[in-house]
Amino acid sequence: MRPVIEVKNLKKYFPVANGVLHAVDDVSLSIGRGKTLGVVGESGCGKSTLGRTIIHLQEHTSGEIFLHGDDISNLKGKELRKVREKMQIIFQDPYSSIDPRKTVDATIREPLQVSKRYKRNEIDDVTTELMELVGIDNRLRMSYPHELDGGRRQRVGIARALALNPDFVVCDEPVSALDVSIQAQVLNLLKKLQQQRGLTYMFVTHNLSVVKHISDDICVMYLGQVVELCPSKELFKNPLHPYTKALLSAIPSIDIHNPNKPEILKGELTSPINPKPGCRFASRCNFATEACKQPQKLQEISSGHFAACCRVREIQ
Amino acid sequence: MLNTMAGKTQIKIKKKSEFMRTLKQMSYNKLAVFGAIVFAIELILVILAPLIAPYGYAEMDMAAAYQPPSWAHLCGTDDLGRDIFSRLLYGGRYSITMGIFSIGISVMLGIIIGSTAGYFGGKVDNIIMRFLDIIQSLPGMLLTIVISAVLGSGYINTILSLSVNGIPGQARMLRAQMMRVRGSEYIEAAESINCSKFRIIAKHLIPNSFSPLIVQATMGVANMIIMAAGLSFIGLGVQPPASEWGAMLSGSRQFIRSSPHMVFFPGLAIAITILALNLMGDGLRDALDPKLKR
Amino acid sequence: MSDEIKESMPFLEVKNLIVEYFTSEQTVHAVNGVSFKLEKGKTLGLVGETGAGKTSIAKAILRILPDVGARIAKGEVWLADENITRISEEEMRKIRGKKISMIFQDPMTALNPVQRVGDQIAEVVSLHNSGTKESFKKRAEEMLEMVGIQKERYGDYPHQFSGGMKQRVVIAIALACNPELLLADEPTTALDVTIQAQVLKLIDNLKEKLNTSMVLITHDMGVVATHCDDVAVVYAGNIVEYGSKEQVFDHPAHPYTIGLFGAIPNLGRDEEWLHPIEGLPPDPSDLPEGCSFHPRCNYTTEECKAGTIDMLATPDGHQCRCIHMDRVLKGEV
Repeated sequence: MRPVIEVKNLKKYFPVANGVLHAVDDVSLSIGRGKTLGVVGESGCGKSTLGRTIIHLQEHTSGEIFLHGDDISNLKGKELRKVREKMQIIFQDPYSSIDPRKTVDATIREPLQVSKRYKRNEIDDVTTELMELVGIDNRLRMSYPHELDGGRRQRVGIARALALNPDFVVCDEPVSALDVSIQAQVLNLLKKLQQQRGLTYMFVTHNLSVVKHISDDICVMYLGQVVELCPSKELFKNPLHPYTKALLSAIPSIDIHNPNKPEILKGELTSPINPKPGCRFASRCNFATEACKQPQKLQEISSGHFAACCRVREIQ
Repeated sequence: MLNTMAGKTQIKIKKKSEFMRTLKQMSYNKLAVFGAIVFAIELILVILAPLIAPYGYAEMDMAAAYQPPSWAHLCGTDDLGRDIFSRLLYGGRYSITMGIFSIGISVMLGIIIGSTAGYFGGKVDNIIMRFLDIIQSLPGMLLTIVISAVLGSGYINTILSLSVNGIPGQARMLRAQMMRVRGSEYIEAAESINCSKFRIIAKHLIPNSFSPLIVQATMGVANMIIMAAGLSFIGLGVQPPASEWGAMLSGSRQFIRSSPHMVFFPGLAIAITILALNLMGDGLRDALDPKLKR
Repeated sequence: MSDEIKESMPFLEVKNLIVEYFTSEQTVHAVNGVSFKLEKGKTLGLVGETGAGKTSIAKAILRILPDVGARIAKGEVWLADENITRISEEEMRKIRGKKISMIFQDPMTALNPVQRVGDQIAEVVSLHNSGTKESFKKRAEEMLEMVGIQKERYGDYPHQFSGGMKQRVVIAIALACNPELLLADEPTTALDVTIQAQVLKLIDNLKEKLNTSMVLITHDMGVVATHCDDVAVVYAGNIVEYGSKEQVFDHPAHPYTIGLFGAIPNLGRDEEWLHPIEGLPPDPSDLPEGCSFHPRCNYTTEECKAGTIDMLATPDGHQCRCIHMDRVLKGEV
């Protein structure tokens, strides 16, 4: 079966004052229908930019993007608008992603009005359906965002994203601004909607426990590049890349009798501006050698498990 | 889930128009209501000037010059013996409308120019802003005089020349606000659901950026009235004997020691108008902000 | 007071603390009768959701609630043998930064952007110690090295540091006067996991070296599990469960605590669905009667909806504010 989304050698560079920022550097991946790809990494690794570039919220520098096998990389104008309806985004911060001067009703209704797919009298009904779908009480219809709590606001954001029946949804840290009890409600909702509507998700987050819960496959990013890509269970059972290992060990475990021993990394994220050609993680890596100064390719280590590290076999 | 269950009971939600909602919101603000009432009374008086005014606006009576307020002349008379009260009523027709229309035009053009610069940014922004810089680097009064001189005197021409002067300030203010709002995620969200640039500007950016403009505009009315006075002082603007508040004020300043009432009443009229407009402006700004909704 | 009693006394004791905020229309009950004890060198974790009143507790201990619109309505805070809610503001100023210091959540805003970081550390030292300018500077350099920043960076400004390094500077400032009590308000929430691990390790090491007690405020159960000795679960301005980490994690007795554990995706288990706590945290200006958790609780009976619910002892000896504890522990709904 054709993947819903396929990306080949995608690059997104930003010119900045002192060079070129490599936000997304040569990323290739694909996501099948009804599946969730988790994208994890630390702030500044380009994971949000990757999602936004795929759905054309930001223009890519080079590379190819396919939706249902059709090349959509260079669409413009009318055709782009048509394709965009199939690809939506749920934002991180429910406090800034909704227009403070629009009611719940107006926010959910807007994509319906813009698409011209519905007649005026149908829009009312579809809006009601959407509100029911994401679990917002009808009495809140005329409320303004500031009157709602974070969880409900995020539901409004989800309803807006699903209004046009997209096939592919980028979830950009949709629960990181929410408290745990609310976070669980929203995660369950996202999962339920995926099952009901056959949605394909790209779930961008820094929270590894969340990503494990919701993803089928996980892609670990470091400074704009994919360092490891494999099925979710496999990643947690058998991480290969030294960065993934450090990342997993750093999660504070709630199991008090069996605590993690965090592997403390040297230093911090280096800058993605004008990076050197070699492995970008090398300066913090405990296993770095001369060979790491060469560019690293993502290679299949075992079936379906990719990692970008030349020493991966030696350090297991 | 708790809230879906409650959602089943289909409550009919009344959809009020934005305008009615704003009006209702404003009615909670006592000061704004007060301002509106004062302004309404002023408007009625001014409109009904021919019926109310005890004398004509150009009716001279040299024998009765410089008279302080009395029952015959409620606000006294000026150096030519004209009844100040009557002149204020007639003058208000020019002053109030000139102030409001010229600000109205400059706000409208300011919004168009400022939002173009603010939304597109980059080169477009640079060109527009440098052009505004040029306008603003000229002394405001001088610019108005030049334009007024080119267009000629008269009511409409005065309004136009006054409004040019107000545009850069409004445009700049809106642009700065829009720059701030433009980075918000909800603008990105609007893009992702295929809103056109025009819709984003009109429905999201402007409503979220224009409240400071309202306040600045109500303040601006006073400025415009004074500027209009300046114009008529040098022979542009509205021509005598037609009365106009600013002109009455500036024309009588040499008599401020001997007959202070000649300055006091036009000044008071301007002050009351500004106060009323400011109160209304504040109320309007708050009413437009859903966060302050009760 | 005899030495004998002093010995057994906790280092920090908070008794029945009540904090209220006022606006013209309403009173917000942020903290409603919180009591806990902390021994020298130990760490207490205050866990709870946004708006539960955790930060207000810390601010009340340090007496840095806003002057207007907030007050400590009731309660005592004992530091060693001194009731610091009673002393004058001037005496309190000597305690702040010297005996108690606080680490704030957001390192980006906690530092003065136009002052060199070294000077910011030296300033705190100079406020509480006598000495020469050079000695303050030397101490500041020591502190920088202690938190793993080269002392050559003394003259740098905050914008030249990354988020993790800024938080280290904040920690250096907090520890510059060897405080006996550290209030850490979500010290790592704004940081990435690998940096969080670095910073928490640093705090742990420094704490051990200086024998500092710590109140660690967090919403992350994982951080509590790895870095605290005792745990207090805060809900709607009240501690609903309080005990040692082992007691609370192994035998949680309050439905809210159990709910919190159920809502976190567990790395050790695979489950299709999470178990969220239904409903929303209550509005602190309009708390429900009785147990404030009752509208969201599966065990609620009529008795939960009225009066005050007291802390009760659980079978393993920790405290829990739930009258249906027995049913909860057996898992009967």
